[in-house]
Amino acid sequence: MQPRILELRTKILKKNDELARELRAEFARCGLLAMNVVSGPGAGKTELLTRTLTRLNKDYRAAAVVGDLATENDARRLAASGSPVKQILTGTMCHLEADMVREAVKDWDLQRLDFLFIENVGNLVCPSSWDLGEDLRVLLSSVTEGEDKPLKYPTLINSCDVVVVSKVDLVGALDFDLRLLEENIERVRPGAPVLRTSAKTGEGFDAWVDYLRKRFEAKRSSHGEKADRALTATEPVLSV
Amino acid sequence: MHELSIAQYLVDAACDAASREGSAQVIRVVARVGRLSGVVKEALRFSFDLAAEGTACEGAVLDIEVVSVSVLCPRCDAPRELPDDWHFACPTCGTPTANVVSGRELELVSVEITADAAPHS
Repeated sequence: MQPRILELRTKILKKNDELARELRAEFARCGLLAMNVVSGPGAGKTELLTRTLTRLNKDYRAAAVVGDLATENDARRLAASGSPVKQILTGTMCHLEADMVREAVKDWDLQRLDFLFIENVGNLVCPSSWDLGEDLRVLLSSVTEGEDKPLKYPTLINSCDVVVVSKVDLVGALDFDLRLLEENIERVRPGAPVLRTSAKTGEGFDAWVDYLRKRFEAKRSSHGEKADRALTATEPVLSV
Repeated sequence: MHELSIAQYLVDAACDAASREGSAQVIRVVARVGRLSGVVKEALRFSFDLAAEGTACEGAVLDIEVVSVSVLCPRCDAPRELPDDWHFACPTCGTPTANVVSGRELELVSVEITADAAPHS
């Protein structure tokens, strides 16, 4: 008999996308703002989050899940903030997938949380295709990485909603050109707000926490409905 | 190497489709991969062969159609294909735009299967 061709036209990551949609609906039902935090290794995700959780915990209830190939070091560091923290060990996997996040949060009462940070595996390529049900995809870009990182890794950076620049206390020592980095971000992801921060000096954290608070209030006031990701693309650049 | 994860999803989906039709062997898989999907064609091909081992996709040919990146220019009000330099601005009028209309695709387009049996009951 002749071979047959089946026309399918389905998304390859359909199973992940469906799980992510369920997570997003659950986060919306619980009035929880979820952030997928991506960066290259060593950009300072854990330091940013430890400080952010500590700040948010004064007025809100914030939790974090963190993905790494091995060790529970990051979970221990994040736990210093007083937040509930869960480590996801990915083994050899270079990114988080929606089922890992679902498994990590399954024992938590999400109704009791306001913010959930998902610290992805440090990698500027692989996490881009996996929707984790987040409201915001946050790129952390450190000044120790070079101004042209956005041009080298456009696929992930283009998918981000907001960019946090870290370690700006080192700008002088590194002769780093912050404006050039911001121009390159704008080139690859036009309209994304860019916030300059230093976890060492605390610079920029008021603006960052304020940004998160506003997004949270906006989500709560829209009756828990998630703002469409596409809407974030038209936001004006936030100057800090 | 996230292509291995993607290849596993692809093989699972192709095997499921073949099994629904009662076929034990997939001959060809056709996929569409956008240039903004972050997937490297050669890595996906390599991973596909690994993921297909011991499944109905073993030995199947993988055809990959690469989709270029297009954005919707708010000023021209028209889709525009971006050149290769990852500058997210209209190539005609220069207006910056993050409104991607194509280029993120990761699609299973079709599978070619042997018609060797009636669907399993």
